[in-house]
Amino acid sequence: MSKANETEVGGARVKRGMAEMLKGGVIMDVVNVEQAKIAEDAGAVAVMALERVPADIRAQGGVSRMSDPDMIEKIQAAVSIPVMAKVRIGHFAEAQILQTLNVDYIDESEVLTPADYEHHINKWNFTIPFVCGATNLGEALRRISEGAAMIRSKGEAGTGDVSNATTHMRKIGGEIRRLTSMREDELYVAAKELQAPYALVKEVAETGKLPVVLFTAGGIATPADAAMMMQLGADGVFIGSGIFKSGDAAKRAAACVKATTYFTDAKVVADASRGLGEAMVGINVADIPVPHRLAERGW
Amino acid sequence: MKVGVLALQGDFREHLSALGECGVTGKLVKTSSEVSEIDALIIPGGESTTISKLAKSFGLFDLISKRIADGMPTYGSCAGMILVAKSILDPASGQETFGGIDMQVRRNAFGRQTESFEVDLELTGISGAPIRGVFIRSPWVENYGSGVDILGSLEVDGKSHPVAVQEGRVLATAFHPELTGDNQVHRYFLEEVCNK
Repeated sequence: MSKANETEVGGARVKRGMAEMLKGGVIMDVVNVEQAKIAEDAGAVAVMALERVPADIRAQGGVSRMSDPDMIEKIQAAVSIPVMAKVRIGHFAEAQILQTLNVDYIDESEVLTPADYEHHINKWNFTIPFVCGATNLGEALRRISEGAAMIRSKGEAGTGDVSNATTHMRKIGGEIRRLTSMREDELYVAAKELQAPYALVKEVAETGKLPVVLFTAGGIATPADAAMMMQLGADGVFIGSGIFKSGDAAKRAAACVKATTYFTDAKVVADASRGLGEAMVGINVADIPVPHRLAERGW
Repeated sequence: MKVGVLALQGDFREHLSALGECGVTGKLVKTSSEVSEIDALIIPGGESTTISKLAKSFGLFDLISKRIADGMPTYGSCAGMILVAKSILDPASGQETFGGIDMQVRRNAFGRQTESFEVDLELTGISGAPIRGVFIRSPWVENYGSGVDILGSLEVDGKSHPVAVQEGRVLATAFHPELTGDNQVHRYFLEEVCNK
Protein backbone atom coordinates (compact mmCIF):
# COMPACT_ATOMS: atom_id res chain seq x y z
CA MET A 1 0.00 0.00 0.00
CA SER A 2 1.18 3.52 -0.74
CA LYS A 3 1.82 5.86 2.15
CA ALA A 4 0.94 9.52 2.26
CA ASN A 5 4.52 10.38 3.26
CA GLU A 6 5.76 9.26 -0.16
CA THR A 7 3.81 12.05 -1.75
CA GLU A 8 4.72 15.06 -3.85
CA VAL A 9 2.88 18.09 -2.44
CA GLY A 10 2.26 21.37 -4.23
CA GLY A 11 3.60 20.45 -7.70
CA ALA A 12 2.43 22.15 -10.89
CA ARG A 13 -0.05 19.38 -11.65
CA VAL A 14 -2.04 19.69 -8.43
CA LYS A 15 -1.93 23.51 -8.64
CA ARG A 16 -3.16 23.60 -12.23
CA GLY A 17 -5.44 20.63 -11.56
CA MET A 18 -7.23 22.51 -8.79
CA ALA A 19 -8.25 25.11 -11.38
CA GLU A 20 -9.45 22.33 -13.71
CA MET A 21 -11.92 21.33 -10.97
CA LEU A 22 -13.35 24.87 -10.89
CA LYS A 23 -14.16 24.91 -14.61
CA GLY A 24 -17.72 25.62 -15.64
CA GLY A 25 -18.27 27.30 -12.30
CA VAL A 26 -18.74 30.69 -10.68
CA ILE A 27 -16.34 32.09 -8.05
CA MET A 28 -18.00 34.77 -5.94
CA ASP A 29 -16.56 37.67 -3.93
CA VAL A 30 -17.79 37.62 -0.32
CA VAL A 31 -17.03 39.94 2.59
CA ASN A 32 -18.53 37.98 5.51
CA VAL A 33 -19.77 34.57 6.65
CA GLU A 34 -23.37 35.28 5.71
CA GLN A 35 -22.46 36.07 2.10
CA ALA A 36 -20.16 33.03 1.93
CA LYS A 37 -23.04 30.76 2.95
CA ILE A 38 -25.36 32.37 0.39
CA ALA A 39 -22.71 31.77 -2.28
CA GLU A 40 -22.25 28.12 -1.28
CA ASP A 41 -26.01 27.52 -1.21
CA ALA A 42 -26.33 29.10 -4.65
CA GLY A 43 -23.81 26.62 -6.11
CA ALA A 44 -20.61 28.70 -6.25
CA VAL A 45 -17.52 26.53 -6.88
CA ALA A 46 -15.44 28.75 -4.59
CA VAL A 47 -15.56 32.06 -2.75
CA MET A 48 -13.08 34.93 -2.74
CA ALA A 49 -12.80 36.28 0.80
CA LEU A 50 -12.09 40.00 0.92
CA GLU A 51 -12.90 42.97 3.13
CA ARG A 52 -14.35 45.22 0.47
CA VAL A 53 -15.76 44.26 -2.91
CA PRO A 54 -14.25 46.19 -5.82
CA ALA A 55 -17.23 48.58 -6.05
CA ASP A 56 -16.55 49.72 -2.48
CA ILE A 57 -12.78 49.86 -2.99
CA ARG A 58 -13.51 52.14 -5.92
CA ALA A 59 -16.00 54.29 -3.97
CA GLN A 60 -13.94 54.58 -0.79
CA GLY A 61 -10.50 54.92 -2.35
CA GLY A 62 -7.30 54.66 -0.31
CA VAL A 63 -4.80 51.81 -0.27
CA SER A 64 -6.40 48.38 -0.51
CA ARG A 65 -4.57 45.39 1.02
CA MET A 66 -4.83 41.70 1.91
CA SER A 67 -7.77 40.90 4.21
CA ASP A 68 -7.51 40.29 7.97
CA PRO A 69 -6.57 36.63 8.63
CA ASP A 70 -9.36 36.40 11.23
CA MET A 71 -11.94 37.34 8.61
CA ILE A 72 -10.55 34.77 6.15
CA GLU A 73 -10.51 32.02 8.77
CA LYS A 74 -14.14 32.71 9.75
CA ILE A 75 -15.17 32.20 6.14
CA GLN A 76 -13.04 29.03 5.87
CA ALA A 77 -14.84 27.67 8.93
CA ALA A 78 -18.29 28.54 7.57
CA VAL A 79 -18.18 26.85 4.15
CA SER A 80 -16.87 23.58 2.70
CA ILE A 81 -16.12 24.88 -0.80
CA PRO A 82 -12.65 26.30 -1.64
CA VAL A 83 -11.78 29.72 -0.23
CA MET A 84 -9.55 32.09 -2.18
CA ALA A 85 -8.06 35.39 -1.07
CA LYS A 86 -6.26 38.30 -2.71
CA VAL A 87 -2.79 39.73 -2.28
CA ARG A 88 -1.35 42.91 -3.77
CA ILE A 89 0.67 42.53 -6.95
CA GLY A 90 4.26 41.73 -5.98
CA HIS A 91 3.53 41.42 -2.24
CA PHE A 92 5.17 38.06 -1.54
CA ALA A 93 4.94 38.50 2.26
CA GLU A 94 1.14 38.75 2.06
CA ALA A 95 1.23 35.56 -0.02
CA GLN A 96 3.39 33.83 2.60
CA ILE A 97 0.73 34.71 5.18
CA LEU A 98 -2.12 33.32 3.07
CA GLN A 99 -0.14 30.11 2.53
CA THR A 100 0.10 29.60 6.31
CA LEU A 101 -3.68 30.11 6.54
CA ASN A 102 -4.19 27.21 4.09
CA VAL A 103 -6.21 29.35 1.71
CA ASP A 104 -6.98 27.25 -1.39
CA TYR A 105 -5.93 29.77 -4.07
CA ILE A 106 -4.26 33.18 -4.04
CA ASP A 107 -5.36 35.91 -6.44
CA GLU A 108 -2.44 38.27 -7.11
CA SER A 109 -4.85 41.02 -7.96
CA GLU A 110 -4.85 44.43 -9.59
CA VAL A 111 -8.02 45.19 -7.61
CA LEU A 112 -5.78 45.78 -4.58
CA THR A 113 -3.15 48.53 -4.61
CA PRO A 114 0.07 47.16 -6.17
CA ALA A 115 3.01 46.67 -3.80
CA ASP A 116 5.62 46.47 -6.58
CA TYR A 117 5.36 48.30 -9.88
CA GLU A 118 8.08 46.23 -11.51
CA HIS A 119 7.93 42.62 -10.28
CA HIS A 120 5.13 40.17 -9.75
CA ILE A 121 5.49 37.45 -7.11
CA ASN A 122 7.74 34.49 -7.99
CA LYS A 123 4.92 32.01 -7.64
CA TRP A 124 7.14 28.93 -8.11
CA ASN A 125 8.36 29.53 -4.54
CA PHE A 126 4.96 28.56 -3.15
CA THR A 127 3.06 25.29 -2.76
CA ILE A 128 -0.22 27.24 -2.83
CA PRO A 129 -1.52 27.95 -6.35
CA PHE A 130 -1.97 31.47 -7.77
CA VAL A 131 -4.42 33.01 -10.22
CA CYS A 132 -3.37 36.21 -12.00
CA GLY A 133 -5.12 38.68 -14.26
CA ALA A 134 -4.25 39.37 -17.89
CA THR A 135 -5.46 41.77 -20.58
CA ASN A 136 -3.70 39.97 -23.41
CA LEU A 137 -1.85 36.76 -24.28
CA GLY A 138 1.64 38.12 -23.59
CA GLU A 139 0.65 39.20 -20.09
CA ALA A 140 -1.00 35.80 -19.45
CA LEU A 141 2.13 33.92 -20.56
CA ARG A 142 4.41 36.16 -18.46
CA ARG A 143 2.29 35.31 -15.40
CA ILE A 144 2.39 31.59 -16.26
CA SER A 145 6.17 31.76 -16.61
CA GLU A 146 6.26 33.24 -13.07
CA GLY A 147 4.26 30.22 -11.84
CA ALA A 148 0.59 31.25 -12.12
CA ALA A 149 -1.54 28.06 -12.22
CA MET A 150 -4.66 29.82 -13.49
CA ILE A 151 -5.37 33.00 -15.47
CA ARG A 152 -8.39 35.25 -15.41
CA SER A 153 -8.93 37.87 -18.03
CA LYS A 154 -9.09 41.29 -16.42
CA GLY A 155 -12.16 43.41 -16.71
CA GLU A 156 -12.89 46.69 -15.02
CA ALA A 157 -13.75 45.42 -11.55
CA GLY A 158 -16.47 47.04 -9.50
CA THR A 159 -18.27 48.67 -12.41
CA GLY A 160 -20.91 46.19 -13.57
CA ASP A 161 -19.73 47.16 -17.07
CA VAL A 162 -18.73 43.99 -18.90
CA SER A 163 -17.13 45.72 -21.91
CA ASN A 164 -13.52 45.48 -20.70
CA ALA A 165 -13.85 41.78 -19.86
CA THR A 166 -15.20 41.25 -23.38
CA THR A 167 -12.30 43.16 -24.92
CA HIS A 168 -9.72 41.14 -23.00
CA MET A 169 -11.33 37.73 -23.62
CA ARG A 170 -11.57 38.51 -27.34
CA LYS A 171 -7.98 39.75 -27.34
CA ILE A 172 -6.56 36.65 -25.62
CA GLY A 173 -8.65 34.30 -27.80
CA GLY A 174 -7.72 36.15 -30.98
CA GLU A 175 -4.00 36.10 -30.19
CA ILE A 176 -4.16 32.35 -29.47
CA ARG A 177 -5.93 31.70 -32.78
CA ARG A 178 -3.31 33.80 -34.59
CA LEU A 179 -0.47 31.71 -33.11
CA THR A 180 -2.06 28.45 -34.26
CA SER A 181 -1.88 29.61 -37.89
CA MET A 182 1.82 30.55 -37.80
CA ARG A 183 4.80 28.75 -39.24
CA GLU A 184 7.41 27.62 -36.75
CA ASP A 185 9.92 30.29 -37.79
CA GLU A 186 7.29 33.00 -37.28
CA LEU A 187 6.76 31.92 -33.68
CA TYR A 188 10.15 33.32 -32.66
CA VAL A 189 9.06 36.79 -33.76
CA ALA A 190 5.66 36.26 -32.13
CA ALA A 191 7.39 35.47 -28.82
CA LYS A 192 9.40 38.69 -29.12
CA GLU A 193 6.29 40.72 -29.90
CA LEU A 194 4.25 39.12 -27.11
CA GLN A 195 7.21 39.60 -24.72
CA ALA A 196 6.65 36.03 -23.58
CA PRO A 197 8.90 32.95 -23.31
CA TYR A 198 9.28 31.10 -26.63
CA ALA A 199 8.56 27.68 -25.07
CA LEU A 200 5.15 28.84 -23.84
CA VAL A 201 4.36 30.56 -27.16
CA LYS A 202 5.18 27.33 -29.00
CA GLU A 203 3.02 25.29 -26.62
CA VAL A 204 0.03 27.60 -27.17
CA ALA A 205 0.57 27.46 -30.95
CA GLU A 206 0.50 23.65 -30.84
CA THR A 207 -2.43 23.15 -28.46
CA GLY A 208 -4.56 26.18 -29.37
CA LYS A 209 -5.13 27.03 -25.72
CA LEU A 210 -3.38 28.35 -22.65
CA PRO A 211 -1.48 25.72 -20.63
CA VAL A 212 -3.66 26.65 -17.63
CA VAL A 213 -7.36 27.27 -17.06
CA LEU A 214 -8.68 30.67 -18.23
CA PHE A 215 -11.49 32.31 -16.25
CA THR A 216 -12.87 35.78 -16.80
CA ALA A 217 -13.50 38.58 -14.32
CA GLY A 218 -14.47 42.21 -13.97
CA GLY A 219 -17.86 43.81 -14.51
CA ILE A 220 -19.94 40.62 -14.81
CA ALA A 221 -23.34 41.36 -13.26
CA THR A 222 -26.04 39.28 -14.99
CA PRO A 223 -26.66 35.69 -16.16
CA ALA A 224 -26.41 37.00 -19.72
CA ASP A 225 -22.96 38.48 -18.99
CA ALA A 226 -21.83 35.08 -17.69
CA ALA A 227 -23.25 33.25 -20.72
CA MET A 228 -21.55 35.66 -23.12
CA MET A 229 -18.16 35.28 -21.46
CA MET A 230 -18.48 31.47 -21.55
CA GLN A 231 -19.34 31.62 -25.25
CA LEU A 232 -16.26 33.79 -25.80
CA GLY A 233 -14.16 30.92 -24.45
CA ALA A 234 -13.91 31.45 -20.70
CA ASP A 235 -13.60 28.26 -18.63
CA GLY A 236 -15.60 29.90 -15.83
CA VAL A 237 -16.35 33.28 -14.27
CA PHE A 238 -15.48 35.37 -11.24
CA ILE A 239 -18.30 37.60 -10.05
CA GLY A 240 -17.24 40.31 -7.64
CA SER A 241 -19.51 43.20 -6.82
CA GLY A 242 -22.20 42.01 -9.23
CA ILE A 243 -23.96 39.68 -6.78
CA PHE A 244 -23.85 41.27 -3.37
CA LYS A 245 -24.35 44.80 -4.72
CA SER A 246 -27.65 43.75 -6.30
CA GLY A 247 -31.23 43.46 -5.02
CA ASP A 248 -31.75 39.73 -4.41
CA ALA A 249 -28.23 38.35 -4.02
CA ALA A 250 -29.18 34.70 -3.40
CA LYS A 251 -31.40 34.55 -6.47
CA ARG A 252 -28.91 36.36 -8.70
CA ALA A 253 -26.08 34.09 -7.52
CA ALA A 254 -28.03 30.92 -8.34
CA ALA A 255 -29.08 32.40 -11.69
CA CYS A 256 -25.48 33.14 -12.68
CA VAL A 257 -24.48 29.57 -11.75
CA LYS A 258 -27.21 28.17 -14.01
CA ALA A 259 -26.28 30.47 -16.90
CA THR A 260 -22.61 29.49 -16.62
CA THR A 261 -23.44 25.78 -16.99
CA TYR A 262 -26.12 26.15 -19.69
CA PHE A 263 -24.41 29.04 -21.48
CA THR A 264 -25.32 27.74 -24.93
CA ASP A 265 -29.01 27.30 -24.06
CA ALA A 266 -30.59 30.75 -24.37
CA LYS A 267 -33.90 29.49 -22.97
CA VAL A 268 -32.24 28.48 -19.71
CA VAL A 269 -30.39 31.80 -19.54
CA ALA A 270 -33.68 33.63 -20.22
CA ASP A 271 -35.42 31.76 -17.39
CA ALA A 272 -32.48 32.45 -15.08
CA SER A 273 -32.76 36.16 -15.94
CA ARG A 274 -36.39 36.52 -14.80
CA GLY A 275 -37.35 38.40 -11.65
CA LEU A 276 -33.87 38.95 -10.28
CA GLY A 277 -34.65 42.37 -8.84
CA GLU A 278 -32.34 45.28 -9.27
CA ALA A 279 -28.90 44.68 -10.77
CA MET A 280 -25.95 46.64 -9.42
CA VAL A 281 -26.24 50.21 -10.63
CA GLY A 282 -22.80 50.24 -12.17
CA ILE A 283 -20.43 52.74 -13.68
CA ASN A 284 -19.56 53.06 -17.35
CA VAL A 285 -15.86 52.31 -17.80
CA ALA A 286 -15.66 55.24 -20.21
CA ASP A 287 -16.58 57.59 -17.35
CA ILE A 288 -13.64 56.45 -15.22
CA PRO A 289 -10.45 58.47 -15.74
CA VAL A 290 -7.66 56.23 -17.09
CA PRO A 291 -5.42 56.54 -13.98
CA HIS A 292 -8.26 55.09 -11.88
CA ARG A 293 -8.85 52.04 -14.06
CA LEU A 294 -7.86 48.86 -12.25
CA ALA A 295 -7.31 46.74 -15.37
CA GLU A 296 -4.41 49.03 -16.35
CA ARG A 297 -2.49 47.78 -13.31
CA GLY A 298 -0.04 44.94 -13.94
CA TRP A 299 2.44 44.59 -16.76
CA MET B 1 -22.37 1.52 -26.05
CA LYS B 2 -22.94 5.25 -25.47
CA VAL B 3 -20.80 6.61 -22.66
CA GLY B 4 -21.87 9.97 -21.25
CA VAL B 5 -19.82 12.39 -19.17
CA LEU B 6 -21.88 14.54 -16.79
CA ALA B 7 -21.08 18.09 -17.94
CA LEU B 8 -22.68 20.30 -15.29
CA GLN B 9 -19.38 21.53 -13.88
CA GLY B 10 -15.79 20.34 -13.44
CA ASP B 11 -13.17 18.64 -15.62
CA PHE B 12 -15.60 16.81 -17.90
CA ARG B 13 -13.56 17.57 -21.04
CA GLU B 14 -10.54 15.74 -19.61
CA HIS B 15 -12.71 12.63 -19.08
CA LEU B 16 -14.03 12.98 -22.63
CA SER B 17 -10.42 13.10 -23.93
CA ALA B 18 -9.46 10.05 -21.87
CA LEU B 19 -12.39 8.13 -23.38
CA GLY B 20 -11.28 9.26 -26.84
CA GLU B 21 -7.76 7.95 -26.21
CA CYS B 22 -9.38 4.60 -25.31
CA GLY B 23 -11.13 4.62 -28.69
CA VAL B 24 -14.57 5.54 -27.37
CA THR B 25 -16.46 8.64 -28.52
CA GLY B 26 -18.08 9.89 -25.34
CA LYS B 27 -20.90 12.41 -25.10
CA LEU B 28 -21.18 15.37 -22.75
CA VAL B 29 -24.60 15.22 -21.06
CA LYS B 30 -26.40 17.90 -19.08
CA THR B 31 -30.11 17.47 -19.78
CA SER B 32 -32.53 14.75 -18.71
CA SER B 33 -33.11 13.66 -22.32
CA GLU B 34 -29.35 13.30 -22.85
CA VAL B 35 -28.99 11.30 -19.62
CA SER B 36 -31.85 9.02 -20.73
CA GLU B 37 -30.03 8.13 -23.95
CA ILE B 38 -26.71 6.94 -22.53
CA ASP B 39 -25.68 3.42 -21.49
CA ALA B 40 -22.90 4.39 -19.05
CA LEU B 41 -21.93 7.53 -17.15
CA ILE B 42 -18.77 9.21 -15.90
CA ILE B 43 -19.16 11.82 -13.13
CA PRO B 44 -16.12 14.11 -13.28
CA GLY B 45 -14.05 15.95 -10.73
CA GLY B 46 -15.35 19.35 -9.73
CA GLU B 47 -17.24 20.84 -6.83
CA SER B 48 -19.66 18.19 -5.56
CA THR B 49 -22.03 20.75 -3.99
CA THR B 50 -22.33 22.66 -7.27
CA ILE B 51 -22.90 19.52 -9.34
CA SER B 52 -25.62 18.18 -7.03
CA LYS B 53 -27.41 21.55 -6.84
CA LEU B 54 -27.43 21.91 -10.63
CA ALA B 55 -28.62 18.31 -11.02
CA LYS B 56 -31.54 19.11 -8.70
CA SER B 57 -32.42 22.40 -10.38
CA PHE B 58 -32.59 20.81 -13.82
CA GLY B 59 -34.45 17.60 -12.98
CA LEU B 60 -31.44 15.30 -13.39
CA PHE B 61 -30.96 14.25 -9.80
CA ASP B 62 -33.65 11.59 -9.40
CA LEU B 63 -33.13 10.37 -12.95
CA ILE B 64 -29.40 9.76 -12.44
CA SER B 65 -30.03 8.15 -9.03
CA LYS B 66 -32.57 5.80 -10.57
CA ARG B 67 -30.42 4.91 -13.56
CA ILE B 68 -27.46 4.08 -11.29
CA ALA B 69 -29.75 2.01 -9.04
CA ASP B 70 -31.06 0.20 -12.13
CA GLY B 71 -27.54 -0.91 -13.03
CA MET B 72 -26.12 1.73 -15.39
CA PRO B 73 -22.29 1.38 -15.31
CA THR B 74 -20.98 4.51 -13.60
CA TYR B 75 -17.54 5.85 -12.75
CA GLY B 76 -16.93 8.85 -10.48
CA SER B 77 -13.61 10.59 -9.81
CA CYS B 78 -13.15 12.81 -6.74
CA ALA B 79 -16.39 14.87 -6.68
CA GLY B 80 -17.81 11.94 -8.66
CA MET B 81 -16.80 9.57 -5.85
CA ILE B 82 -18.65 11.76 -3.35
CA LEU B 83 -21.73 11.79 -5.59
CA VAL B 84 -21.93 7.97 -5.93
CA ALA B 85 -21.52 7.44 -2.18
CA LYS B 86 -24.55 6.39 -0.16
CA SER B 87 -23.79 9.17 2.34
CA ILE B 88 -21.35 11.96 3.23
CA LEU B 89 -19.82 12.25 6.69
CA ASP B 90 -19.54 16.04 6.50
CA PRO B 91 -21.99 17.31 3.86
CA ALA B 92 -22.56 20.96 3.04
CA SER B 93 -26.03 22.04 4.20
CA GLY B 94 -28.65 20.12 2.23
CA GLN B 95 -26.07 18.29 0.11
CA GLU B 96 -27.33 14.94 -1.23
CA THR B 97 -25.77 12.20 -3.33
CA PHE B 98 -26.93 10.01 -6.22
CA GLY B 99 -25.84 6.87 -4.38
CA GLY B 100 -24.58 3.67 -5.99
CA ILE B 101 -21.89 2.41 -3.62
CA ASP B 102 -22.67 1.39 -0.05
CA MET B 103 -20.10 3.69 1.55
CA GLN B 104 -19.73 6.87 3.52
CA VAL B 105 -17.11 9.37 2.33
CA ARG B 106 -15.31 12.22 4.06
CA ARG B 107 -14.98 15.33 1.89
CA ASN B 108 -11.60 17.12 1.66
CA ALA B 109 -10.29 14.26 3.82
CA PHE B 110 -6.61 14.94 3.13
CA GLY B 111 -6.97 18.67 3.83
CA ARG B 112 -7.17 21.88 1.86
CA GLN B 113 -5.47 22.66 -1.44
CA THR B 114 -2.06 23.29 0.19
CA GLU B 115 -2.14 19.56 1.13
CA SER B 116 -3.06 18.35 -2.38
CA PHE B 117 -0.53 15.81 -3.64
CA GLU B 118 0.53 13.12 -6.10
CA VAL B 119 1.56 9.58 -5.19
CA ASP B 120 2.14 6.26 -6.97
CA LEU B 121 -0.70 3.83 -6.31
CA GLU B 122 -1.06 0.11 -6.87
CA LEU B 123 -4.63 -0.83 -7.71
CA THR B 124 -5.93 -4.40 -7.47
CA GLY B 125 -7.16 -5.68 -10.80
CA ILE B 126 -6.63 -2.37 -12.64
CA SER B 127 -3.00 -1.67 -13.21
CA GLY B 128 0.08 -3.57 -14.16
CA ALA B 129 2.30 -0.62 -13.41
CA PRO B 130 1.58 1.78 -10.53
CA ILE B 131 -0.80 4.62 -11.35
CA ARG B 132 0.09 8.20 -10.56
CA GLY B 133 -2.70 9.28 -8.23
CA VAL B 134 -3.44 13.02 -8.34
CA PHE B 135 -5.33 14.01 -5.18
CA ILE B 136 -6.86 17.49 -5.16
CA ARG B 137 -8.87 18.32 -2.02
CA SER B 138 -9.87 14.68 -2.34
CA PRO B 139 -12.26 12.59 -0.30
CA TRP B 140 -11.57 9.15 1.12
CA VAL B 141 -13.88 6.32 2.06
CA GLU B 142 -14.60 6.39 5.78
CA ASN B 143 -16.96 3.35 6.10
CA TYR B 144 -18.22 0.77 3.62
CA GLY B 145 -20.50 -2.23 3.40
CA SER B 146 -19.51 -5.86 2.86
CA GLY B 147 -20.37 -5.75 -0.86
CA VAL B 148 -17.78 -3.07 -1.64
CA ASP B 149 -14.47 -4.13 -3.21
CA ILE B 150 -11.47 -2.06 -2.19
CA LEU B 151 -9.20 -1.69 -5.22
CA GLY B 152 -6.69 0.69 -3.65
CA SER B 153 -5.93 2.38 -0.36
CA LEU B 154 -3.61 5.01 0.99
CA GLU B 155 -2.02 4.96 4.41
CA VAL B 156 -2.14 8.17 6.44
CA ASP B 157 -0.61 8.26 9.92
CA GLY B 158 -0.66 4.47 10.14
CA LYS B 159 -4.30 4.14 9.12
CA SER B 160 -5.50 2.80 5.78
CA HIS B 161 -8.10 4.70 3.80
CA PRO B 162 -9.73 3.31 0.63
CA VAL B 163 -9.29 5.62 -2.38
CA ALA B 164 -10.45 3.31 -5.21
CA VAL B 165 -13.58 1.20 -4.77
CA GLN B 166 -16.13 -0.75 -6.76
CA GLU B 167 -19.52 -2.21 -6.01
CA GLY B 168 -21.14 -4.06 -8.88
CA ARG B 169 -21.21 -1.72 -11.86
CA VAL B 170 -20.21 1.42 -9.99
CA LEU B 171 -16.54 2.44 -9.78
CA ALA B 172 -15.09 5.38 -7.85
CA THR B 173 -11.65 6.90 -7.31
CA ALA B 174 -10.70 9.70 -4.92
CA PHE B 175 -8.00 10.78 -7.39
CA HIS B 176 -7.99 12.10 -10.96
CA PRO B 177 -6.61 9.69 -13.60
CA GLU B 178 -8.07 12.07 -16.21
CA LEU B 179 -5.31 14.59 -15.42
CA THR B 180 -2.40 12.23 -16.02
CA GLY B 181 -2.72 10.88 -19.56
CA ASP B 182 -2.60 7.36 -18.05
CA ASN B 183 -5.89 5.78 -19.10
CA GLN B 184 -5.70 2.47 -17.23
CA VAL B 185 -8.63 3.34 -14.98
CA HIS B 186 -10.77 4.42 -17.92
CA ARG B 187 -9.89 1.21 -19.80
CA TYR B 188 -10.78 -0.84 -16.75
CA PHE B 189 -14.13 0.97 -16.54
CA LEU B 190 -14.88 0.37 -20.23
CA GLU B 191 -13.65 -3.23 -20.41
CA GLU B 192 -14.32 -4.68 -16.96
CA VAL B 193 -17.22 -2.62 -15.59
CA CYS B 194 -19.29 -1.65 -18.64
CA ASN B 195 -18.92 -4.96 -20.42
CA LYS B 196 -19.72 -7.25 -17.51
